[in-house]
Amino acid sequence: MSEVEVSRRQFLQIGAAGTGVLGGLSPLGFDLTQAITVKQKLRIEGATVSHSVCPYCAVGCALLAYTKKNADGKVELLQIEGDPDSPVNEGRLCPKGASALQLAVSRRRVPSPMYREPGAKEWKTVSWDFALDRLARNIKASRDRTFVTTDANGNLVNRCEGIAFAGGAAFSSEEGYLATKLMRSLGYVYLEQQARV
Amino acid sequence: MTNHWRDIRHADLMLINGANPAEAHPVGFQWMMRAKIERGGKMIHTDPRFTRTSAVSDKHLRIRTGTDVAYFGGLINYVLQNNLEHKEYVRFATNASFVIKESYNFTDGMFNGFDEAKKVYDTTAWAYEIGPDGFAVQDIDHPRSVLNLMRAHYSRYTPEMVERITGIQRADFLEVAKLVGEMGRPDKVMTIIYAVGLTHHTTGVQLIRSGALLQLLLGNMGRPGGGMNAERGHANIQGNTDHAISWDILPGYLRIPAPGQKNIDDYIARSAAKKLHANSLNFFGANYRKFLVSLLKSWYGDAATAANDFAFAHLPKPASDASWLSIFDAALRGKMEGLMLSGMTATSIGPDSNQVLQALSNLKWLCVMDAYSTTSSEFWREPSIDPSKVQTEVILLPATHWIEKDGSFTNSGRWAQWKEAVLPPEGEARHDHWILAEVFDRVRALYKEQGGKYPEPVLQLVMPYKDVRRPELDEIAKEINGKDLITGQRLTGFALLKDDGTTTAGDWIYTGHYPESGNLTKRRDGIQDPAKNDPTGMGYYPNWAWSWPANRRVLYNRASADSLGRPWDPKRVGIQWDAVTGRWTGDVPDYPATADPAKPDSPLPFIMTGEGTGRLFSNGVADGPFPEHYEPIESPIDNPLHPKVSATPVAFKYDERAGRPNRFGTSADYPYVATSYRLTEHEHYVTQHVDQLVALQPEAFVEVPAELAKEKGIATGDRVRVSSKRGKLEVRAVVTARLGPLTIDGKKVYQIGIPIHWGFVGINTSQHWLANALTPFVGDASSRTPEFKAFLVNIEKM
Ligand code: SF4
Repeated sequence: MSEVEVSRRQFLQIGAAGTGVLGGLSPLGFDLTQAITVKQKLRIEGATVSHSVCPYCAVGCALLAYTKKNADGKVELLQIEGDPDSPVNEGRLCPKGASALQLAVSRRRVPSPMYREPGAKEWKTVSWDFALDRLARNIKASRDRTFVTTDANGNLVNRCEGIAFAGGAAFSSEEGYLATKLMRSLGYVYLEQQARV
Repeated sequence: MTNHWRDIRHADLMLINGANPAEAHPVGFQWMMRAKIERGGKMIHTDPRFTRTSAVSDKHLRIRTGTDVAYFGGLINYVLQNNLEHKEYVRFATNASFVIKESYNFTDGMFNGFDEAKKVYDTTAWAYEIGPDGFAVQDIDHPRSVLNLMRAHYSRYTPEMVERITGIQRADFLEVAKLVGEMGRPDKVMTIIYAVGLTHHTTGVQLIRSGALLQLLLGNMGRPGGGMNAERGHANIQGNTDHAISWDILPGYLRIPAPGQKNIDDYIARSAAKKLHANSLNFFGANYRKFLVSLLKSWYGDAATAANDFAFAHLPKPASDASWLSIFDAALRGKMEGLMLSGMTATSIGPDSNQVLQALSNLKWLCVMDAYSTTSSEFWREPSIDPSKVQTEVILLPATHWIEKDGSFTNSGRWAQWKEAVLPPEGEARHDHWILAEVFDRVRALYKEQGGKYPEPVLQLVMPYKDVRRPELDEIAKEINGKDLITGQRLTGFALLKDDGTTTAGDWIYTGHYPESGNLTKRRDGIQDPAKNDPTGMGYYPNWAWSWPANRRVLYNRASADSLGRPWDPKRVGIQWDAVTGRWTGDVPDYPATADPAKPDSPLPFIMTGEGTGRLFSNGVADGPFPEHYEPIESPIDNPLHPKVSATPVAFKYDERAGRPNRFGTSADYPYVATSYRLTEHEHYVTQHVDQLVALQPEAFVEVPAELAKEKGIATGDRVRVSSKRGKLEVRAVVTARLGPLTIDGKKVYQIGIPIHWGFVGINTSQHWLANALTPFVGDASSRTPEFKAFLVNIEKM
C-alpha cells in the first residue's frame, strides 16, 4: 500500500474508466465525467491505495481500493475503481466491478455465528467457540460413522463417504489449496466447487 | 483458456459459442472488440439468443441449444471435404496419422465397447495399433488412420444435416463455413471462445472437444490469437480448480487414486499417460511420480517415507463419481450426513432445486460459511417448507470477503494476481481458511483424545504455520510453491521436483510462482510502460502477475512455429527458434528451451501428451473417441442422425438408478425448449445483497419469443407460469425478438430464456422463484456437469 499521489495521467484514466464504452456504472444514461472527476478528487484525497482484484467474474480486472483511517481508528473504504496499469482491464470495470464497494461494505453481512437446532423455526446467535465445537464434533461423528477403510473387494480405500464439501470459487487460491489439503486428509471424496454448476 | 484475455486481439476470426461476453464478461469483451476494430477481425456469435454480443458480431447464427456438436461437426466436415485443413500442422502437431485398431466401430449412434448392463463404454476399446517397437503405428493414408476415420465420421454432418439438427439455415452456415475454412492458412488464425454454458449439456465435454478438433485441423492451437478459450464465471474458479476442489483430482490435475491401486506404482500405471511415439517427451506422464511424491511430502512430511510409499494409503480412493449431482443423490438416498458449503449456495446453484431442498432436509447437519445468508443457510424456511419438519441442524458462520483478506485469484487466462487485504474483517467475521484450519485442529484434538476411524492422516498432516489455527495465506503460498528439503530453499520451477522425497510442492503447476526472490504474483509491470514491460509487443506482459505453468502465457506454444521453429505467421510470433543463441525466444516456451528443432530426434510439439501431438482421436472421454451429436435428455425431436439412439447412451440417470420416480418430461407435455443464463448486473446469487445491482435488475423474468407470445396472448409485463416436469416459476414475461422460432427437422421449435439470479433470500424477497426448479438432474457422461442449458418447459399466461 502507498499514499496516493494522483498524477494527471491517472486522473484522466480514472475519468475514462468511469464512463468508458464498456465500463462504468452509469444507469442514468448521461455523461458523468466531470462530476465523477471532481467528486473522486475529494473522496480519495489523502487516502491509502491498495491493490485488489474484482470478486465477480474471472476476467480478473485489477482494482484500486482507496481507504482512510478515521479518527476512531476505523478503516473506511472510500472508493473502488479499475487499475489503469493492468494489461487485462486497462482501468475499465463493468457494473458489477464498479459497484464492488457495496459488496465489500454492507449492512446485510451475517453479524455472528448462528445456530439452528433441528426442527427450530428461528436462528439462535451463538459464540464462535460453540459453533466450531459443534462443527468439529459433527465432522468427527459423521466421519467415524461413514468411514470405509476396506471396500467389498478387499481394497484399502480409506474414504469418508458421509460428508461433502462444496465451494471455493470466491476463495483466494491459497485458501482453496488449504481446503483441499484438509478435506482430503479427513478422507472426503465428495469435493466440489462451481466448476460444474 | 489456452491463451489469455489480451491475446484475443490477435484473432482474425472469433467463433463465440455458448457465451455472451458482451454482457457476462464485459471487460474481457474489449479484447474481442479490439480484434474487430484494430485488425478487422470477424466475429461470429452462435447462440440461441440475439444478445449484445450478437449486436456487434458480423453474423449471429441462431442455434438450438445443445446442438453445437452438430454445428462444429458441420464445420469440420466442410474443412475436410474441401481440403482446407492446415496440412503441415496436421501432420506435424496432431495424431492424424496414428492408426486405430481394427475393432474400432461406430454404427447407428453407438461406438464399440458398450457394456449394456453398466451403460458405460470400455474406453480402452478405442486404441491405437501398436507396432513392434511398442509405439503407435503411423500411416496417414491407412484406411484406419485417425484422419481417415475422422473423414468418415464427419461425412454425415452435411450442411443439410446441420440445418435439420441445429436450425441454422444452410446458406448462413455455408457463409460462416467459408470464413472458417480460410483459417487453415498459416497466415490466418481463429479463436474459439466459450463459457460454462457450452459445458452445461449431457454432451458438454464433446461440445468443447469439437471446437478443439476444429482448431487442431486448422492449425490454430498454440498460436497467439488462437486456441480454445473458456471464459470462467467466478473470480477464482480457475485457481481452485487448479488446487483441486474437485472430487476427481489432486492439486495440479493429478488423478485421485482409485480402489485397487495398492501403491504408487499401480497408481502411476493407471493414471499417467504412456509414451506412444519415440520422439514424444510425454512430460506429464514421465514426471507424474515426482509431482505426486512432492505433494505427499508437503502434506505428510516425515510420515511420508519411501518405506511406506510416501503415505499413499492416506489418500482416499472414491468408489465412483463424487461430483455435484452425486452429493445430492447420496443425500436423497440417505447416505450423506453432513455438508459444508462455502460461498456457494446449493439450493440455487444446482439443478432441480426441489429435489435439492429434499436432499438438504435429509442431512443430519449443514454448515454454511458465507458473508451473507444464502438460500442454503435459510433452506429450512423456504416459502413452501414447514421448518418444524426439517430435522437438519444448521450452522451459519460469518466469513470474510475477498477484500478483507489477501491471497491470489487466478483469472480465466491463468494469470495469478495477488490482492492485498484492504479492510479488517467486518464485525465477527473470520477468514474461511481460519475457520477451516481451526475446525480441523479441533477435529484433530478430538481424535487425539478419543481415537476413532483411521486417525493417521488427521494426526500426521503437516500444518507448518506459525499459528495452526490462523495460517497466513503467504505461508500457504510458499507451501504451494514447494522447496528443496535438503537446502531448505524454495524451488524456481517444477523441473526441479524429485520423486525420492527430497522435494515438496503443494501444487506442481504453481512451483516457481514464489521463489526465494519473492512472490511473483505481486508483480505489477503493466501498461504504464508498454515498451519496457511488453518487450515482444505481443501483450504477454511477463512481469505482470504470474501465469501457470512457468509463467507461460500461451499453452502449447511450440505449435505456433513449424517443425523447424519458424513462426507460422511472422507477424504474430508465439515462440521461435534462434539458431544463433541456440534458444527458443518469445513467450516462455512450452518446450525444452534449448532443444534444436532441426535435430531428427527433437521432441514432438505437444510435450504433455503421450503421443507428442494434439489428439483428434482420444480415449480420455467416456462417450466416444470422436464427438457425436446426441439430443439433450429432454428434446423436442428424435436425433436425425440415429433416432434409436437419440440421447447419449452413457449419461448417468440418477433417479432411475436409485429407483426414484422419473423426473424427465416429454414434448407432449412440455413443448418448448428452455435455456438459462446470467445478466450483466448479477453474479449468480450473491448480488441479491447489493443495493445498486438489485436496483438495476430488480425482478425475476423470463424471455418469451414474440411469435409464441402472440399465440399465447402474452404481453410484456404479464405474469406467466413456466413449468417443467420438476417445478415452476411464476414471474413476468419479457416478450422479445431476441428469441426467434427455429425449424428443427421440419418442426417449428420455440426457445424460452430464463435468467437465473433470483431466490427467496436477498433485498427483494418477493422474488422467491428459483430458476433451477426447472432444470434436469442429469449430467455429462464424463464430467457429470448438469444439463442446465437445454430442457423442456410449458408456458401459460396467469
Ligand atoms: S469488473 Fe466486470 S468484467 Fe471485470 S472482473 Fe469484475 S465482473 Fe468481470
